[in-house]
Amino acid sequence: MLLHLKDWFPVILSVRVAFIVVFIVACLGLPLARFMARQDFYGKDILEALITLPLVLPPSVIGYGLLIMIGKNGIMGRYLDSMGISLIFTWYAVIMASTVVAFPLMYQASKAAFISVDLNYEKAARTLGANETRIFFTITLPLAWPGITAGLVLAFARALGEFGATLMVAGNIPGQTQTMPLAIYFAVESGDDLTARTLVAIITIFSFAVIFWVNRWSKKQRH
Amino acid sequence: MLKAHISKKLWNFHLDINLKLDDQILVLWGASGAGKTTILHCLAGLLSPSEGFIELNNRVLYSSVDKTNLATRNRNIAYLFQDYALFPHMTVKQNVYYGLKSQKSEPYHSNLEPIQLLDSCGVKHLMDRYPGQLSGGEKQRVALARALVVEPKLLLLDEPFSALDKHNKVSLRQEIKRLHKEWQIPFILVTHDEEDANFLGDIVVRIENGKCTEKQSVISS
Repeated sequence: MLLHLKDWFPVILSVRVAFIVVFIVACLGLPLARFMARQDFYGKDILEALITLPLVLPPSVIGYGLLIMIGKNGIMGRYLDSMGISLIFTWYAVIMASTVVAFPLMYQASKAAFISVDLNYEKAARTLGANETRIFFTITLPLAWPGITAGLVLAFARALGEFGATLMVAGNIPGQTQTMPLAIYFAVESGDDLTARTLVAIITIFSFAVIFWVNRWSKKQRH
Repeated sequence: MLKAHISKKLWNFHLDINLKLDDQILVLWGASGAGKTTILHCLAGLLSPSEGFIELNNRVLYSSVDKTNLATRNRNIAYLFQDYALFPHMTVKQNVYYGLKSQKSEPYHSNLEPIQLLDSCGVKHLMDRYPGQLSGGEKQRVALARALVVEPKLLLLDEPFSALDKHNKVSLRQEIKRLHKEWQIPFILVTHDEEDANFLGDIVVRIENGKCTEKQSVISS
């Protein structure tokens, strides 16, 4: 065994976080993307820019922004603290940081995918008696699926590799908030090359496997 | 019987038309951009008129006075789209069953066997193919079967021959005439082709800038 049992912690944490984040951004991103793809309203451009902002901002800025929100003296943090809840330096903070940075990727990809679905298919389904829920799940979603898959893969990769924002809000607590990218950084810094190399190998092989599998699977979906 | 008065302001002209139709084929004939497709969209409920009423077999589908506006899915009007709009991710069979599975009363018992309908449209052998593997004429026939399987009370056809070659066009014109005889429901067909209009129409209405400019009844052979 190249790694001690405790050294596997960052691997498991990162993978777990990545899957949870993908689930969260899919639940939030898909309805929002669908809404934004079809509706026009006053101030849409501003909302659009706000949603995309975390994609362009440096992760340290996002980390700082999160600290202002959920830090001990933060806007929400103060309120949570009075209830005895502290998010900062916990693995919930890891999830939050990764969600914020991964969300725009999922949102952009699925919005583009929804826009690309020809409206005539939905109209045809309507004339055949389908209600809007059925149309979404049987027509819109399957046709937008390749683009949505791309968004999911990007969000997964971004969550798996999240470094800057995570370090700022969750810190680098081994066994608690130390994700794989953090573990690699601190292993290199402390001269522990063996651990660093092993972790790099694991993350590379794992990422490759996930992307390979998703691509094959979505190809099968399209026949 | 269909009775309708549709009035709608479009960006470049005002659409205003009266339709009255028994179980005949009404052809709306006119140049592109005359408002023909908008009329079909209003009848199907995909667009709302600004004013007017739509009544099908004494059932009010739309009325600006009573503020009635039935959703498309409750109108029981079939629509054949210009590009057919067959669902590309479903087989021919799944396309035809889609309408049946969408009906409110489930399990839905149709008097029509979908496979038989495909057969009568001459495309039963293509049941397991995807729309991308079909020719234009085949797509058209599948789209007809898909539209009719829910037993509509009115069939709307938007430029049904525009994507077909001469040979396919002639055989499909006859097919539509045959289906009309068999179904005994009103058909409304939109075309810019005078020959199609005269061949198929029991009544031909010429549309120009959203107004009916000429109406003629053709004695069908």
